Amino acid sequence: MDNKNLWVYIEQSYGEPKSVGLELLGPGRMLADKVGEKLVAVIIAGDASKAAAAAIAYGADEVITCEGPEYEDYNTDAYAPALEALIQEFKPSVMLIGATSHGRDLGPRVACHLKTGLTADCTSLDRDVETGKVQWTRPAFGGNLMATIECPNDFPQIGTVRPGVFKKGAKDESRTAPITKFDFHVSEDQIHAKLIERIVDAGAELVKLEDADIICSGGRGLGKPENFSLVQALADAIGGVVGSSRAAVDAGWISHAHQVGQTGKTVAPKLYIACGISGAIQHLAGMSGSDCIVAINKDPDAPIFEVANYGIVGDINTVLPALTEAIKKLKA
Amino acid sequence: MNILVCIKQVPDTTEIKIDPVTNTLIREGVPSIVNTFDQYALEMAVQIKDKDPDTKVIVASMGPPQAEVAIKTCLSVGADKGYLICGREFAGADTLSTSYIISRSVEAIEKLEGIKFDAIFCGKQAIDGDTAQVGPEMAEHLGIPQITYAIEAEFVENKLRVKRETEDGYEIREAACPCLITVTKPAFEPRYATVKSKMAANRAKIPMLGVADMDIDVERCGLKGSATKVKKTFVPVRNKNGIKIKEETPEESVAKLVELLTGAGVI
Repeated sequence: MDNKNLWVYIEQSYGEPKSVGLELLGPGRMLADKVGEKLVAVIIAGDASKAAAAAIAYGADEVITCEGPEYEDYNTDAYAPALEALIQEFKPSVMLIGATSHGRDLGPRVACHLKTGLTADCTSLDRDVETGKVQWTRPAFGGNLMATIECPNDFPQIGTVRPGVFKKGAKDESRTAPITKFDFHVSEDQIHAKLIERIVDAGAELVKLEDADIICSGGRGLGKPENFSLVQALADAIGGVVGSSRAAVDAGWISHAHQVGQTGKTVAPKLYIACGISGAIQHLAGMSGSDCIVAINKDPDAPIFEVANYGIVGDINTVLPALTEAIKKLKA
Repeated sequence: MNILVCIKQVPDTTEIKIDPVTNTLIREGVPSIVNTFDQYALEMAVQIKDKDPDTKVIVASMGPPQAEVAIKTCLSVGADKGYLICGREFAGADTLSTSYIISRSVEAIEKLEGIKFDAIFCGKQAIDGDTAQVGPEMAEHLGIPQITYAIEAEFVENKLRVKRETEDGYEIREAACPCLITVTKPAFEPRYATVKSKMAANRAKIPMLGVADMDIDVERCGLKGSATKVKKTFVPVRNKNGIKIKEETPEESVAKLVELLTGAGVI
């Protein structure tokens, strides 16, 4: 085979690199080293300079960029042909893409065009040193089952990887690496799905669950919608963001933007505090990758305790205010 | 306007249990449902039909013969007609092959119906495979634009105007028809069937499409047409040996928790 080197697609938004691409340089390095390949960061952007500098600081051996005004906004019709052209030109063996809405929009389009395999939303990666095949491991059936997948005959082997599963490595701004600029352009008449308007949720409506270090989530076990104020108070005290279970969203207690789980957001914060959440498998699918899970529930048999590092069996109405007070004291 | 809604029959993953002895999924007795996100896609299409009665909503599903039940469920909540894409050549298909097969059925259905589809609506992902890849891969096979993570859609002249969810908020995008969208959880819930609509759906004949009914390369179908192979499956280990705290008073429990969290360097 001609294909060599491991690519990490560095997702950016208006020039700012997203965390997920930088996170993937860690496992990317591990997978590249296993077979003695280079770790290459690939960036498509209006202006790739910031993302390129970040990729080098986080360990890329080389950077390849494709820049142009047509890549200012993310657009499938511009990004997919550009990434396809990059792959056809440089022939990587493996490509890792963040499993964000951007990555999961772009990945299948590109993999299908190249008639190669794509494994979705991986949470664990390994590589067979003999064959060079990546072992892509991912959850299915809402997290009930894990599957390890291979792409045996086609190149590149591509996978999207769940954000937050791998943590960003150490940043070294003194590192240097060559940057190759790839000249490829997409004309206006090739853009068939156009961006008309961006609505960036501002203020109270902005729920940045994916980026939060600490999430305090509430479920139906809160008993009534007003009790979300107890969860909010805890989140405020501890410096976290409020999440919720699907049951609480369906009951109309809180907006869908807060929902964690299979039909909501997938999160992996440093600390996840589940308050009155029983732990339906769909909820666990969205948060079981958290570093530390605390569960507070009055039912000692609630499945949430099976994934919790620490659990308090008790009543939300008394435990939450006590915890909020204790955190405030600790921080004072 | 003519809309094709692609649906999948899936096991209700809320009902799946793990066999504690063999550590495998127990699928027996687990009810089958129309994939949640496909229900949203269908409802979105039927709402367009509510406003413009000339709209035709056709459903297609690839699956075993019993997936006919899922298509009938769709007929009972507003779809005009349904096709079952079925054949043993299709078994074991990954997303690349599945999207190829369904994309080939689009042309076959258009010929049979004597129409052209203006848009294809898919659910964002199936709740069993969770890949979210078949929709965009179909769009690529068909060479049409895609808009993923849609929560609202309306036809504006010969374009589909879509509100989609992003990590930062929302976007309004417009795609030239024909196009494909994948639908995530919208603000509305799918409608319920009535007794009358259920009975009518049960009487409906669901035409089947096999390799002989489509212009299709059998080499690209099923297991042999798949680029990815499943090497193994396993049930995730959940038990983290967590510490359960149950002291006399909430204050004592909380004090112990805070001690453990600070001790572990979490806070």
